[in-house]
Amino acid sequence: MNPHSTYEALRHLADSWGLAIMIVIFLSLALWPFRPGARAKNNDAAQMIFKDENDGQ
Amino acid sequence: MTSMTERHKTLEKNVTLLGIAALVTVAIGGIVEIAPLFWIDNTIEKVDGMRPYTPLEQAGRDIYVREGCYVCHSQMIRPFRDEVERYGHYSLAAESMYDHPFQWGSKRTGPDLARVGGRYSDAWHVQHLTDPQSVVPESVMPQYGFLKEHDLVVDDPAANLVALRRVGVPYSDKDVEMAAADLKAQADPEADAGDLAARYPKAQIRDYDGDPTRLTEMDALVAYLQMLGTLVDVDSAAAQEDLATEKGR
Amino acid sequence: MQTVLARAGIWLVVLLFAVIAVAAAADGGFAIHMSIVALAALIGLWVSISGADYAGIARGILKIPDEGRYDDDPVRWGVIATVFWGIAGFLAGLFIALQLTWPVLNLEPFLNFGRLRPLHTSAVIFAFGGNALIATSFYVVQRTCRARLAFPGLARFVFWGYQLFIVLAATGYLLGVTQSKEYAEPEWYVDWWLTIVWVAYLVVFAGTILKRSEPHIYVANWFYLAFILTVAMLHIVNNLDMPVSLFGSKSYPLFAGVQGALVQWWYGHNAVGFFLTAGFLAMMYYFVPKQAERPIYSYRLSIIHFWSLIFLYIWAGPHHLHYTALPDWAQTLGMVFSVMLWMPSWGGMINGLMTLNGAWDKVRTDPIIRMMVMALAFYGMSTFEGPMLSIKSVNSLSHYTDWTIGHVHSGALGWNGMITFAAVYYLAPRLWNRERLYSLRMVNWHFWLATSGIVFYAASMWVAGITQGLMWREYGPDGYLVNSFADTVAALHPMFILRAFGGLLYLSGAILMVINVWATILGKLRDEVPMHDAAYDPQADRPILAPAE
Repeated sequence: MNPHSTYEALRHLADSWGLAIMIVIFLSLALWPFRPGARAKNNDAAQMIFKDENDGQ
Repeated sequence: MTSMTERHKTLEKNVTLLGIAALVTVAIGGIVEIAPLFWIDNTIEKVDGMRPYTPLEQAGRDIYVREGCYVCHSQMIRPFRDEVERYGHYSLAAESMYDHPFQWGSKRTGPDLARVGGRYSDAWHVQHLTDPQSVVPESVMPQYGFLKEHDLVVDDPAANLVALRRVGVPYSDKDVEMAAADLKAQADPEADAGDLAARYPKAQIRDYDGDPTRLTEMDALVAYLQMLGTLVDVDSAAAQEDLATEKGR
Repeated sequence: MQTVLARAGIWLVVLLFAVIAVAAAADGGFAIHMSIVALAALIGLWVSISGADYAGIARGILKIPDEGRYDDDPVRWGVIATVFWGIAGFLAGLFIALQLTWPVLNLEPFLNFGRLRPLHTSAVIFAFGGNALIATSFYVVQRTCRARLAFPGLARFVFWGYQLFIVLAATGYLLGVTQSKEYAEPEWYVDWWLTIVWVAYLVVFAGTILKRSEPHIYVANWFYLAFILTVAMLHIVNNLDMPVSLFGSKSYPLFAGVQGALVQWWYGHNAVGFFLTAGFLAMMYYFVPKQAERPIYSYRLSIIHFWSLIFLYIWAGPHHLHYTALPDWAQTLGMVFSVMLWMPSWGGMINGLMTLNGAWDKVRTDPIIRMMVMALAFYGMSTFEGPMLSIKSVNSLSHYTDWTIGHVHSGALGWNGMITFAAVYYLAPRLWNRERLYSLRMVNWHFWLATSGIVFYAASMWVAGITQGLMWREYGPDGYLVNSFADTVAALHPMFILRAFGGLLYLSGAILMVINVWATILGKLRDEVPMHDAAYDPQADRPILAPAE
């Protein structure tokens, strides 16, 4: 396989399946925090840094 | 209680809005991204005239790297009318194919050097490097007079070529074998250069720093500067034809 | 006893190798560097032998650290190192700014601009910024995981190993030991050393997350983790080199020309994206809510911010190579992704700023919050300017000019600098168990000096950059170029003076920080009028009675 056809093959992958998979992964990650039941978890997580008022001293 | 819920809702809505905006942007970006990929031809076209650096030019290049010249000087002429008139034909991908590392630069505190070779005399370069303000009063360039005082010390010229060969520069066995001799011969018009000029076409063999008795760092750096952009005859018919087919510029 | 022996043994081996390398060195720079390594190994050896608790070992009892406290020693050292390297980096920056104004300040060969400029960039990015990131990540990961640092010995190795990296890199630049890849200048053996340190850093950080007692992994840790992982990947790929000799400093990079340029700027841009953005956003996501005493505006937004930022950033590198010999499609790809980056960047900025919703009065009363807000404002400004500069037609004017320098500094001084100062001011009293900072009024002065410094810097560089770009392309009615290159250099002189003045202001602010942090560590409290109290006089707070008849 010469370098040129490797390049062509990779380029083809990048503009078809590669791109599609990237978009799907991105969409699912971005929608993940909107899943049912996420709100409470997110609130907990956001408040969590204030539970620690003993700074270890 | 109601106002609390309301407020939460608005917040939700805004976040959703921003999320959707980001997603739409990504989707559009993805589509736009596909388009240019259909017009790819190739990355580097073959161009006549490219050859590896001679040991002396490579030593000069190492000094160019050591002194950080790239922080103020680019070696990449863009295809604009003013740049082409100021610096010469725009740079081709192939012209930096043996550049480990590339020296395209990112800032022009000083002018581009991609085709500086042959534009000034050796004496001008030596004077300019020693005291830039004496030739260009407005210049903010540091002085490099010490290059003329330092003898050129290359620990093992052959080892440099071997290392470069390992990363893909096509030096021949003869080039490696002759490296130390080539290094000295190129800056010494009295010495027998052997087949240096045959192995490295267009190699310029002469004393560069005005002191033929010594081989200094100045010799090496000026030798490098004087060959920059001189290898490829960009105005030849063959090169023009290659350029016409080089897409993506 | 065995650990003492093992540690001392490792240091001894390192020492021996370093001494052999000094003896066999092919060039002076390598010999000096290996002497520095030998010295570091000697110090390590001495510390591991003399620091051991032999009495404890003899009694069979080892000194066990207090498990009820966080392991903050590396954080304290990190804060001091941040402040120290910050001053060194700002000073180097001011000096090279003056060199560009008055070239007579170049002292050949060691203090020429070409050698000092990498020293400046590495000192501020890797020494100042890197220490701030390591210190704050060790602080934040412990608090948000409610767990002590995993592998405390390794954490100390990370700190001191990183300092050795900085010293080797900085001395290398002065000696001319460089591979000339911007922001990745150190030579091959320094790169290998940083790789070892960085893997140790990842092990400590990820190990602490693994032993957490909190169910959530707080979003700041996501950003830190992405920063550590991505920087590891970028660093290794961009520094694939072929050393000329195992006993010499010189190496030649694997990639050449176009490929070399694309790999370098893929690295270079993501060093900005993951070192200077993701890492510092992690600081923002912890310290802004803590200082404002309110949770982050939207945790969901922070998750989306995270994913979209890291997805988009990695593509943006080619915008450093517009109109070069890089194929057009790659340039366009870089431009498109850079423009899209505007969205998540502003999402993050909004998330930070809106955290202050309902507490905006603190901007007036609390100078640390004010620094944070200013940092976010500059983050927003430079993440708008960045996408704009990556548009090819804008870039055709701005590239190679001082506009880029101005852009970088509004991000670095405004965003990275300000958020780091704020974090240092937050941490100092807590780490040294002080009631408060030595002086909040000095923080206020620092804020104004830094802000006006940035304004001078950015404004002068905008003018300089656009002037330069327009003068280069100016044609006269005769159809010839109007300006020689030297003319454009002369035209920038006044702007370069203003830039140096801006740098001086910024440095003066940082010197106030040194005094303030130093005095806080010593436990001093400046006797001053408090900044954050509205005036209240209980004597006056009563109705006026009618005078007695």
